[in-house]
Amino acid sequence: MNTLEESTVLDTKVLEMNMGPQHPSTHGVLRVKLKLDGEKVVDAECIIGYLHRGIEKISENRSYIECVPYYDRTDYIAAVANVYGFLLGVEKMMGIEVPERGRYIRIMMVEFNRIASHLLWLATHAIDIGAMTVFLYCFREREEILKLFEALFGARLTTHAFRVGGLWKDLPPGFEQAAHKFLDEFPARVDEYEQLLTHNRIWLARTKGIGVISGKEAIQWGLTGPPLRGSGVDYDLRKARPYGGYEEFEFDVPLGENGDTYDRYVARIEEMRQSRLIIQQVLKRLPGGPVRGKAPKIVKPPAGEYYSGTESPRGELGYYIVSDGSAQPFRVKIRPPTFIGLQALRRLVKGHLMADVIAIIGTLDIVLGEVDR
Amino acid sequence: MSNTMNFLKRIFLVDILKGLAVTFRYTFKSVYTEQYPKEKPKLAERYKGAPRLNNDPETGETLCIACDLCAQICPEDLIVVGSQRDPESRKKVLTHYTFDTSRCLFCGLCQEVCPTNAIELTQDFELATYSRSSMLWDRERLEKGWDRIEFGKNYHK
Repeated sequence: MNTLEESTVLDTKVLEMNMGPQHPSTHGVLRVKLKLDGEKVVDAECIIGYLHRGIEKISENRSYIECVPYYDRTDYIAAVANVYGFLLGVEKMMGIEVPERGRYIRIMMVEFNRIASHLLWLATHAIDIGAMTVFLYCFREREEILKLFEALFGARLTTHAFRVGGLWKDLPPGFEQAAHKFLDEFPARVDEYEQLLTHNRIWLARTKGIGVISGKEAIQWGLTGPPLRGSGVDYDLRKARPYGGYEEFEFDVPLGENGDTYDRYVARIEEMRQSRLIIQQVLKRLPGGPVRGKAPKIVKPPAGEYYSGTESPRGELGYYIVSDGSAQPFRVKIRPPTFIGLQALRRLVKGHLMADVIAIIGTLDIVLGEVDR
Repeated sequence: MSNTMNFLKRIFLVDILKGLAVTFRYTFKSVYTEQYPKEKPKLAERYKGAPRLNNDPETGETLCIACDLCAQICPEDLIVVGSQRDPESRKKVLTHYTFDTSRCLFCGLCQEVCPTNAIELTQDFELATYSRSSMLWDRERLEKGWDRIEFGKNYHK
Protein backbone atom coordinates (compact mmCIF):
# COMPACT_ATOMS: atom_id res chain seq x y z
CA MET A 1 0.00 0.00 0.00
CA ASN A 2 2.78 2.35 0.82
CA THR A 3 5.10 1.45 -1.98
CA LEU A 4 4.33 2.75 -5.42
CA GLU A 5 4.17 0.40 -8.35
CA GLU A 6 6.54 1.05 -11.19
CA SER A 7 4.87 3.65 -13.30
CA THR A 8 4.48 2.55 -16.88
CA VAL A 9 2.02 5.17 -18.03
CA LEU A 10 4.06 8.27 -17.51
CA ASP A 11 7.69 8.73 -18.24
CA THR A 12 9.58 9.89 -15.16
CA LYS A 13 13.15 10.88 -14.65
CA VAL A 14 15.27 10.03 -11.63
CA LEU A 15 15.86 13.21 -9.70
CA GLU A 16 18.63 13.71 -7.17
CA MET A 17 17.74 15.69 -4.12
CA ASN A 18 19.47 16.70 -0.91
CA MET A 19 17.76 16.31 2.41
CA GLY A 20 19.65 18.17 5.07
CA PRO A 21 22.13 19.01 6.55
CA GLN A 22 19.88 21.73 7.92
CA HIS A 23 16.65 19.80 7.62
CA PRO A 24 14.77 19.82 10.96
CA SER A 25 13.78 16.17 10.70
CA THR A 26 17.25 14.75 10.25
CA HIS A 27 17.92 15.10 14.00
CA GLY A 28 21.08 17.09 13.67
CA VAL A 29 23.34 17.65 10.72
CA LEU A 30 22.76 14.61 8.57
CA ARG A 31 22.66 15.00 4.81
CA VAL A 32 20.83 12.38 2.81
CA LYS A 33 21.26 12.35 -0.95
CA LEU A 34 18.02 10.97 -2.25
CA LYS A 35 17.40 9.64 -5.72
CA LEU A 36 13.73 10.07 -6.42
CA ASP A 37 11.53 8.66 -9.09
CA GLY A 38 8.53 10.90 -8.67
CA GLU A 39 7.89 10.58 -4.96
CA LYS A 40 9.39 7.13 -4.70
CA VAL A 41 12.85 6.74 -3.26
CA VAL A 42 15.13 4.79 -5.56
CA ASP A 43 18.31 5.18 -3.59
CA ALA A 44 19.61 7.11 -0.62
CA GLU A 45 23.11 7.96 0.45
CA CYS A 46 24.00 9.28 3.87
CA ILE A 47 26.68 11.93 4.06
CA ILE A 48 27.97 12.29 7.58
CA GLY A 49 30.77 14.10 9.32
CA TYR A 50 29.29 17.56 9.80
CA LEU A 51 29.57 17.21 13.56
CA HIS A 52 32.95 15.50 13.66
CA ARG A 53 35.02 16.76 16.56
CA GLY A 54 37.59 14.00 16.72
CA ILE A 55 36.68 12.80 20.17
CA GLU A 56 38.61 9.55 19.70
CA LYS A 57 41.74 11.52 18.85
CA ILE A 58 41.18 13.99 21.69
CA SER A 59 41.09 11.02 24.09
CA GLU A 60 44.62 10.06 23.09
CA ASN A 61 45.92 13.37 24.41
CA ARG A 62 44.05 13.36 27.69
CA SER A 63 44.41 11.27 30.80
CA TYR A 64 41.79 8.64 31.60
CA ILE A 65 40.14 11.00 34.08
CA GLU A 66 40.17 13.97 31.74
CA CYS A 67 38.67 12.27 28.72
CA VAL A 68 35.50 11.19 30.54
CA PRO A 69 33.61 14.51 30.05
CA TYR A 70 34.17 14.25 26.30
CA TYR A 71 32.15 11.04 26.12
CA ASP A 72 29.19 13.02 27.43
CA ARG A 73 29.40 14.83 24.16
CA THR A 74 29.32 11.85 21.84
CA ASP A 75 25.74 10.84 22.48
CA TYR A 76 24.52 13.91 24.32
CA ILE A 77 20.98 12.54 24.68
CA ALA A 78 22.26 9.59 26.71
CA ALA A 79 25.35 11.10 28.30
CA VAL A 80 25.13 9.04 31.48
CA ALA A 81 25.04 5.74 29.60
CA ASN A 82 28.03 6.78 27.48
CA VAL A 83 30.26 7.63 30.40
CA TYR A 84 29.18 4.42 32.11
CA GLY A 85 30.45 2.23 29.27
CA PHE A 86 33.90 3.77 29.24
CA LEU A 87 34.34 3.72 33.00
CA LEU A 88 33.31 0.06 33.24
CA GLY A 89 36.13 -0.71 30.83
CA VAL A 90 38.73 1.31 32.71
CA GLU A 91 37.68 -0.17 36.04
CA LYS A 92 37.87 -3.67 34.62
CA MET A 93 41.37 -3.04 33.30
CA MET A 94 42.54 -1.67 36.63
CA GLY A 95 40.63 -4.15 38.78
CA ILE A 96 38.86 -1.39 40.72
CA GLU A 97 35.86 -2.50 42.74
CA VAL A 98 32.92 -0.14 42.91
CA PRO A 99 31.02 -0.33 46.23
CA GLU A 100 27.56 -1.81 46.06
CA ARG A 101 25.77 1.48 46.65
CA GLY A 102 27.76 3.10 43.88
CA ARG A 103 26.94 0.26 41.49
CA TYR A 104 23.24 0.46 42.27
CA ILE A 105 23.04 4.22 41.86
CA ARG A 106 24.87 3.92 38.54
CA ILE A 107 22.36 1.40 37.21
CA MET A 108 19.51 3.56 38.42
CA MET A 109 20.82 6.66 36.68
CA VAL A 110 21.56 4.80 33.45
CA GLU A 111 17.99 3.53 33.43
CA PHE A 112 16.69 7.03 34.13
CA ASN A 113 18.76 8.13 31.19
CA ARG A 114 17.22 5.39 29.06
CA ILE A 115 13.76 6.70 29.87
CA ALA A 116 14.82 10.29 29.14
CA SER A 117 16.40 9.26 25.85
CA HIS A 118 13.36 7.28 24.75
CA LEU A 119 11.12 10.18 25.73
CA LEU A 120 13.11 12.52 23.55
CA TRP A 121 13.02 9.98 20.75
CA LEU A 122 9.25 9.60 21.04
CA ALA A 123 8.79 13.37 21.13
CA THR A 124 10.86 14.05 18.03
CA HIS A 125 9.63 10.99 16.17
CA ALA A 126 6.04 12.03 16.78
CA ILE A 127 6.60 15.63 15.76
CA ASP A 128 8.36 14.48 12.58
CA ILE A 129 5.29 12.51 11.66
CA GLY A 130 3.00 15.34 12.68
CA ALA A 131 1.81 14.72 16.25
CA MET A 132 2.53 17.89 18.19
CA THR A 133 0.89 17.08 21.53
CA VAL A 134 3.06 14.09 22.37
CA PHE A 135 6.12 16.25 21.87
CA LEU A 136 5.03 18.66 24.59
CA TYR A 137 4.00 15.91 27.01
CA CYS A 138 7.24 13.95 26.57
CA PHE A 139 9.38 16.99 27.22
CA ARG A 140 7.48 17.64 30.42
CA GLU A 141 8.37 14.19 31.77
CA ARG A 142 11.92 14.44 30.49
CA GLU A 143 12.30 17.68 32.41
CA GLU A 144 11.56 15.80 35.65
CA ILE A 145 14.40 13.38 34.92
CA LEU A 146 16.74 16.22 34.01
CA LYS A 147 15.95 17.81 37.36
CA LEU A 148 17.02 14.59 39.06
CA PHE A 149 20.25 14.67 37.02
CA GLU A 150 20.80 18.26 38.05
CA ALA A 151 20.31 17.44 41.71
CA LEU A 152 22.73 14.50 41.64
CA PHE A 153 25.32 15.39 39.00
CA GLY A 154 25.05 19.17 38.88
CA ALA A 155 24.27 19.32 35.18
CA ARG A 156 21.30 18.52 33.03
CA LEU A 157 22.60 17.25 29.72
CA THR A 158 26.36 16.80 29.65
CA THR A 159 26.39 15.45 33.14
CA HIS A 160 29.92 14.07 33.68
CA ALA A 161 28.00 11.56 35.72
CA PHE A 162 30.47 9.01 37.07
CA ARG A 163 34.08 8.93 38.13
CA VAL A 164 36.60 6.12 38.12
CA GLY A 165 35.63 4.00 41.11
CA GLY A 166 32.10 5.23 41.62
CA LEU A 167 30.33 8.54 41.83
CA TRP A 168 31.32 12.09 42.65
CA LYS A 169 28.91 12.44 45.57
CA ASP A 170 26.15 10.49 47.22
CA LEU A 171 22.47 11.10 46.50
CA PRO A 172 21.33 14.55 47.64
CA PRO A 173 18.61 14.78 50.31
CA GLY A 174 15.13 14.40 48.87
CA PHE A 175 16.35 12.55 45.79
CA GLU A 176 14.65 9.25 46.57
CA GLN A 177 11.31 10.91 47.27
CA ALA A 178 11.51 12.82 44.00
CA ALA A 179 12.42 9.63 42.13
CA HIS A 180 9.54 7.72 43.72
CA LYS A 181 7.16 10.53 42.87
CA PHE A 182 8.23 10.46 39.23
CA LEU A 183 8.04 6.67 39.02
CA ASP A 184 4.56 6.59 40.53
CA GLU A 185 3.24 9.10 38.03
CA PHE A 186 5.09 7.76 35.01
CA PRO A 187 2.91 4.76 33.94
CA ALA A 188 -0.16 6.99 33.66
CA ARG A 189 1.82 9.34 31.48
CA VAL A 190 2.97 6.55 29.18
CA ASP A 191 -0.65 5.43 28.91
CA GLU A 192 -1.46 8.95 27.78
CA TYR A 193 1.10 8.80 24.98
CA GLU A 194 -0.28 5.46 23.94
CA GLN A 195 -3.82 6.80 23.98
CA LEU A 196 -2.70 9.55 21.68
CA LEU A 197 -0.67 7.42 19.30
CA THR A 198 -1.03 3.64 19.45
CA HIS A 199 -4.51 3.41 17.92
CA ASN A 200 -4.47 6.70 16.08
CA ARG A 201 -5.19 5.98 12.42
CA ILE A 202 -2.79 8.61 11.11
CA TRP A 203 -0.01 7.18 13.26
CA LEU A 204 -0.79 3.64 12.10
CA ALA A 205 -0.86 4.67 8.46
CA ARG A 206 2.48 6.42 8.80
CA THR A 207 4.28 3.68 10.75
CA LYS A 208 2.81 0.24 9.93
CA GLY A 209 4.67 -1.49 7.15
CA ILE A 210 7.25 1.30 6.86
CA GLY A 211 10.91 0.36 6.91
CA VAL A 212 10.36 -3.36 7.34
CA ILE A 213 13.48 -5.40 8.05
CA SER A 214 13.57 -9.05 9.03
CA GLY A 215 15.48 -10.28 12.05
CA LYS A 216 18.06 -12.06 9.94
CA GLU A 217 18.69 -9.02 7.81
CA ALA A 218 18.85 -6.74 10.84
CA ILE A 219 21.66 -8.89 12.22
CA GLN A 220 23.46 -8.75 8.89
CA TRP A 221 23.27 -4.95 8.85
CA GLY A 222 24.68 -4.84 12.38
CA LEU A 223 21.64 -3.23 13.95
CA THR A 224 21.48 -3.37 17.73
CA GLY A 225 19.14 -2.11 20.39
CA PRO A 226 15.47 -1.37 19.70
CA PRO A 227 15.82 -1.55 15.88
CA LEU A 228 17.06 -5.13 16.25
CA ARG A 229 14.57 -6.09 18.92
CA GLY A 230 11.74 -4.58 16.91
CA SER A 231 12.48 -7.29 14.34
CA GLY A 232 12.02 -9.97 16.97
CA VAL A 233 15.64 -10.81 17.78
CA ASP A 234 16.04 -11.30 21.50
CA TYR A 235 19.38 -9.62 22.05
CA ASP A 236 19.92 -7.22 24.88
CA LEU A 237 23.42 -6.91 26.31
CA ARG A 238 21.99 -6.44 29.78
CA LYS A 239 20.71 -10.01 29.51
CA ALA A 240 23.09 -11.54 26.98
CA ARG A 241 26.32 -10.35 28.58
CA PRO A 242 25.41 -8.82 31.94
CA TYR A 243 27.69 -6.06 33.19
CA GLY A 244 27.84 -3.85 36.25
CA GLY A 245 25.34 -5.92 38.21
CA TYR A 246 22.39 -6.07 35.82
CA GLU A 247 22.03 -9.80 36.46
CA GLU A 248 20.63 -8.98 39.90
CA PHE A 249 17.52 -7.30 38.52
CA GLU A 250 14.46 -8.72 36.86
CA PHE A 251 13.13 -7.23 33.68
CA ASP A 252 11.78 -8.29 30.31
CA VAL A 253 13.21 -7.55 26.91
CA PRO A 254 10.33 -6.29 24.77
CA LEU A 255 10.31 -7.65 21.23
CA GLY A 256 8.48 -6.75 18.05
CA GLU A 257 7.23 -9.09 15.36
CA ASN A 258 7.18 -7.49 11.95
CA GLY A 259 10.23 -5.28 12.22
CA ASP A 260 8.48 -2.16 10.99
CA THR A 261 8.47 1.35 12.39
CA TYR A 262 5.40 0.65 14.49
CA ASP A 263 6.98 -2.38 16.17
CA ARG A 264 10.09 -0.42 17.05
CA TYR A 265 7.83 2.22 18.56
CA VAL A 266 6.02 -0.38 20.66
CA ALA A 267 9.32 -1.94 21.76
CA ARG A 268 10.70 1.39 22.95
CA ILE A 269 7.50 2.31 24.79
CA GLU A 270 7.63 -1.03 26.59
CA GLU A 271 11.32 -0.54 27.31
CA MET A 272 10.49 2.64 29.21
CA ARG A 273 8.13 0.65 31.43
CA GLN A 274 10.79 -2.01 32.01
CA SER A 275 13.37 0.63 32.92
CA ARG A 276 10.95 1.96 35.48
CA LEU A 277 10.71 -1.51 37.02
CA ILE A 278 14.50 -1.76 37.24
CA ILE A 279 14.72 1.62 38.99
CA GLN A 280 12.05 0.57 41.45
CA GLN A 281 13.99 -2.59 42.28
CA VAL A 282 17.17 -0.53 42.74
CA LEU A 283 15.45 1.92 45.07
CA LYS A 284 13.96 -0.92 47.07
CA ARG A 285 17.30 -2.66 47.58
CA LEU A 286 19.54 0.40 47.77
CA PRO A 287 22.22 -0.45 50.35
CA GLY A 288 24.11 2.00 52.53
CA GLY A 289 27.81 2.67 52.48
CA PRO A 290 30.20 4.64 50.31
CA VAL A 291 29.54 5.44 46.65
CA ARG A 292 33.16 5.64 45.61
CA GLY A 293 35.69 2.86 45.95
CA LYS A 294 39.41 3.13 46.32
CA ALA A 295 40.82 4.50 43.10
CA PRO A 296 44.28 5.90 42.55
CA LYS A 297 44.65 9.63 41.86
CA ILE A 298 46.44 8.90 38.62
CA VAL A 299 44.66 6.21 36.63
CA LYS A 300 47.20 4.01 34.87
CA PRO A 301 45.73 0.77 33.54
CA PRO A 302 48.28 -1.95 32.79
CA ALA A 303 49.30 -2.34 29.15
CA GLY A 304 46.69 -4.26 27.23
CA GLU A 305 43.38 -3.89 25.56
CA TYR A 306 39.80 -4.26 26.64
CA TYR A 307 36.43 -4.07 24.94
CA SER A 308 33.61 -2.82 27.10
CA GLY A 309 30.19 -3.29 25.55
CA THR A 310 27.10 -1.86 27.19
CA GLU A 311 23.49 -1.47 26.17
CA SER A 312 22.98 2.23 25.62
CA PRO A 313 19.44 3.43 24.86
CA ARG A 314 20.31 3.20 21.18
CA GLY A 315 21.95 -0.21 21.10
CA GLU A 316 25.33 -1.76 21.73
CA LEU A 317 27.79 0.91 22.69
CA GLY A 318 31.34 -0.35 22.71
CA TYR A 319 34.55 1.17 23.96
CA TYR A 320 37.70 -0.56 22.76
CA ILE A 321 40.43 0.76 25.01
CA VAL A 322 44.08 0.14 24.26
CA SER A 323 46.49 1.02 27.02
CA ASP A 324 50.26 1.24 26.79
CA GLY A 325 50.63 1.49 30.54
CA SER A 326 50.76 5.29 30.67
CA ALA A 327 48.20 7.69 32.11
CA GLN A 328 46.77 8.41 28.68
CA PRO A 329 44.94 5.87 26.54
CA PHE A 330 46.91 4.78 23.51
CA ARG A 331 43.72 4.45 21.52
CA VAL A 332 40.01 4.54 22.28
CA LYS A 333 37.74 3.20 19.58
CA ILE A 334 34.09 3.92 20.10
CA ARG A 335 31.54 1.62 18.55
CA PRO A 336 28.52 3.87 18.35
CA PRO A 337 25.23 2.02 17.85
CA THR A 338 23.67 4.55 15.50
CA PHE A 339 26.72 4.99 13.27
CA ILE A 340 26.33 1.34 12.39
CA GLY A 341 22.55 1.56 12.45
CA LEU A 342 22.51 4.47 10.04
CA GLN A 343 24.00 2.42 7.22
CA ALA A 344 20.79 0.42 7.15
CA LEU A 345 18.90 3.58 6.18
CA ARG A 346 19.69 2.99 2.52
CA ARG A 347 18.20 -0.47 2.71
CA LEU A 348 15.16 0.65 4.70
CA VAL A 349 14.05 3.62 2.59
CA LYS A 350 14.24 1.93 -0.80
CA GLY A 351 10.82 1.83 -2.44
CA HIS A 352 9.14 4.04 0.13
CA LEU A 353 7.78 7.51 -0.31
CA MET A 354 9.81 10.63 0.31
CA ALA A 355 7.80 11.44 3.46
CA ASP A 356 8.55 8.00 4.89
CA VAL A 357 12.28 8.73 4.86
CA ILE A 358 11.67 11.06 7.79
CA ALA A 359 9.76 8.38 9.68
CA ILE A 360 12.57 5.89 9.07
CA ILE A 361 15.30 8.29 10.17
CA GLY A 362 13.24 8.88 13.29
CA THR A 363 12.76 5.22 14.03
CA LEU A 364 16.50 4.50 13.85
CA ASP A 365 16.86 7.03 16.70
CA ILE A 366 20.09 8.55 15.45
CA VAL A 367 22.10 11.15 17.31
CA LEU A 368 24.54 12.86 15.03
CA GLY A 369 26.93 13.66 17.82
CA GLU A 370 27.43 9.95 18.18
CA VAL A 371 27.48 9.13 14.46
CA ASP A 372 30.17 11.70 13.71
CA ARG A 373 31.90 11.79 17.11
CA MET B 1 -20.02 -8.38 14.15
CA SER B 2 -16.53 -7.14 14.87
CA ASN B 3 -16.35 -5.88 11.32
CA THR B 4 -19.39 -3.68 11.83
CA MET B 5 -17.97 -2.50 15.14
CA ASN B 6 -14.69 -1.62 13.48
CA PHE B 7 -16.57 0.13 10.70
CA LEU B 8 -18.59 2.16 13.20
CA LYS B 9 -15.44 2.99 15.16
CA ARG B 10 -13.87 4.23 11.98
CA ILE B 11 -16.89 6.30 10.99
CA PHE B 12 -17.24 7.94 14.39
CA LEU B 13 -13.49 8.62 14.73
CA VAL B 14 -13.23 6.77 18.04
CA ASP B 15 -9.43 6.62 17.96
CA ILE B 16 -9.12 10.35 17.33
CA LEU B 17 -11.71 11.20 19.99
CA LYS B 18 -9.80 9.13 22.56
CA GLY B 19 -6.74 11.24 21.89
CA LEU B 20 -8.76 14.43 22.06
CA ALA B 21 -10.11 13.34 25.44
CA VAL B 22 -6.54 13.33 26.75
CA THR B 23 -5.77 16.80 25.50
CA PHE B 24 -9.15 18.13 26.62
CA ARG B 25 -8.44 17.14 30.21
CA TYR B 26 -5.34 19.32 30.15
CA THR B 27 -7.32 22.49 29.55
CA PHE B 28 -8.30 22.42 33.21
CA LYS B 29 -4.85 21.68 34.59
CA SER B 30 -2.29 24.24 35.66
CA VAL B 31 0.35 25.50 33.24
CA TYR B 32 3.69 23.73 33.43
CA THR B 33 5.78 26.25 31.52
CA GLU B 34 8.45 28.21 33.34
CA GLN B 35 8.37 31.91 32.50
CA TYR B 36 12.13 32.06 32.29
CA PRO B 37 13.32 35.64 31.93
CA LYS B 38 10.68 36.82 34.40
CA GLU B 39 11.13 34.00 36.89
CA LYS B 40 14.60 32.71 37.57
CA PRO B 41 14.66 28.92 37.84
CA LYS B 42 15.70 27.43 41.15
CA LEU B 43 18.78 25.40 40.39
CA ALA B 44 20.16 22.51 42.36
CA GLU B 45 22.84 23.15 44.95
CA ARG B 46 25.37 21.10 42.97
CA TYR B 47 24.78 22.90 39.70
CA LYS B 48 28.02 23.51 37.83
CA GLY B 49 27.79 26.99 36.38
CA ALA B 50 29.94 30.11 36.44
CA PRO B 51 33.27 29.76 38.29
CA ARG B 52 34.10 31.62 41.46
CA LEU B 53 37.35 31.97 43.35
CA ASN B 54 36.51 31.96 47.03
CA ASN B 55 37.99 34.19 49.67
CA ASP B 56 38.35 33.34 53.31
CA PRO B 57 35.22 34.88 54.87
CA GLU B 58 37.12 35.95 58.00
CA THR B 59 40.32 37.43 56.66
CA GLY B 60 39.14 38.28 53.16
CA GLU B 61 42.25 36.72 51.65
CA THR B 62 42.09 34.23 48.85
CA LEU B 63 41.80 30.57 49.74
CA CYS B 64 43.88 29.61 46.71
CA ILE B 65 47.29 28.25 47.60
CA ALA B 66 48.48 28.27 43.97
CA CYS B 67 49.03 24.51 43.94
CA ASP B 68 48.15 24.39 40.21
CA LEU B 69 46.12 21.16 40.57
CA CYS B 70 43.06 22.65 38.84
CA ALA B 71 45.13 23.77 35.88
CA GLN B 72 46.64 20.30 35.58
CA ILE B 73 43.37 18.34 35.78
CA CYS B 74 41.45 20.67 33.42
CA PRO B 75 40.75 18.72 30.21
CA GLU B 76 40.77 21.91 28.15
CA ASP B 77 43.77 23.50 29.89
CA LEU B 78 41.85 26.73 30.26
CA ILE B 79 42.91 27.63 33.81
CA VAL B 80 46.12 29.59 34.22
CA VAL B 81 47.49 29.96 37.73
CA GLY B 82 50.27 32.46 38.31
CA SER B 83 52.26 32.32 41.51
CA GLN B 84 55.30 33.81 43.12
CA ARG B 85 57.32 32.66 46.08
CA ASP B 86 57.18 35.07 48.98
CA PRO B 87 60.85 35.65 49.97
CA GLU B 88 60.07 35.98 53.68
CA SER B 89 57.60 33.19 54.42
CA ARG B 90 58.87 30.95 51.57
CA LYS B 91 55.19 30.34 50.65
CA LYS B 92 53.67 30.35 47.19
CA VAL B 93 51.46 33.39 46.69
CA LEU B 94 48.82 33.68 44.00
CA THR B 95 49.56 36.51 41.58
CA HIS B 96 46.99 35.99 38.85
CA TYR B 97 44.31 33.49 37.92
CA THR B 98 42.40 33.31 34.65
CA PHE B 99 39.51 31.06 33.68
CA ASP B 100 38.37 30.87 30.07
CA THR B 101 34.61 30.21 30.20
CA SER B 102 34.34 30.07 26.42
CA ARG B 103 36.10 26.70 26.33
CA CYS B 104 34.88 25.33 29.66
CA LEU B 105 33.14 21.93 29.66
CA PHE B 106 31.67 22.54 33.14
CA CYS B 107 32.76 19.05 34.12
CA GLY B 108 33.60 20.16 37.66
CA LEU B 109 36.97 18.41 37.85
CA CYS B 110 38.69 21.62 39.04
CA GLN B 111 36.43 22.08 42.06
CA GLU B 112 36.68 18.38 42.83
CA VAL B 113 40.47 18.41 42.93
CA CYS B 114 40.85 21.70 44.83
CA PRO B 115 42.25 21.00 48.32
CA THR B 116 40.99 24.28 49.84
CA ASN B 117 37.65 24.71 48.03
CA ALA B 118 38.97 27.88 46.46
CA ILE B 119 37.66 27.34 42.93
CA GLU B 120 33.98 26.55 42.86
CA LEU B 121 31.34 26.32 40.15
CA THR B 122 28.26 28.25 41.22
CA GLN B 123 24.56 28.20 40.32
CA ASP B 124 24.97 31.19 38.03
CA PHE B 125 24.22 29.99 34.51
CA GLU B 126 23.77 33.19 32.52
CA LEU B 127 27.16 33.44 30.89
CA ALA B 128 26.33 35.02 27.55
CA THR B 129 28.31 38.11 26.64
CA TYR B 130 28.72 40.33 23.62
CA SER B 131 32.38 39.60 22.94
CA ARG B 132 34.76 36.68 23.07
CA SER B 133 37.35 38.57 25.06
CA SER B 134 34.90 39.11 27.90
CA MET B 135 34.58 35.34 28.31
CA LEU B 136 38.08 35.25 29.75
CA TRP B 137 37.56 35.74 33.47
CA ASP B 138 40.39 37.28 35.42
CA ARG B 139 40.99 37.00 39.13
CA GLU B 140 39.00 40.09 40.03
CA ARG B 141 35.93 38.91 38.20
CA LEU B 142 36.27 35.40 39.59
CA GLU B 143 36.34 36.75 43.13
CA LYS B 144 33.74 39.49 42.93
CA GLY B 145 31.43 38.31 40.20
CA TRP B 146 30.76 40.45 37.19
CA ASP B 147 28.65 43.30 35.99
CA ARG B 148 26.13 41.27 34.13
CA ILE B 149 24.50 42.52 31.00
CA GLU B 150 20.84 42.16 31.90
CA PHE B 151 19.36 40.74 28.76
CA GLY B 152 15.83 41.89 28.18
CA LYS B 153 15.72 43.69 31.50
CA ASN B 154 13.13 46.20 30.41
CA TYR B 155 11.75 44.01 27.72
CA HIS B 156 8.93 42.41 29.66
CA LYS B 157 7.64 45.50 31.41
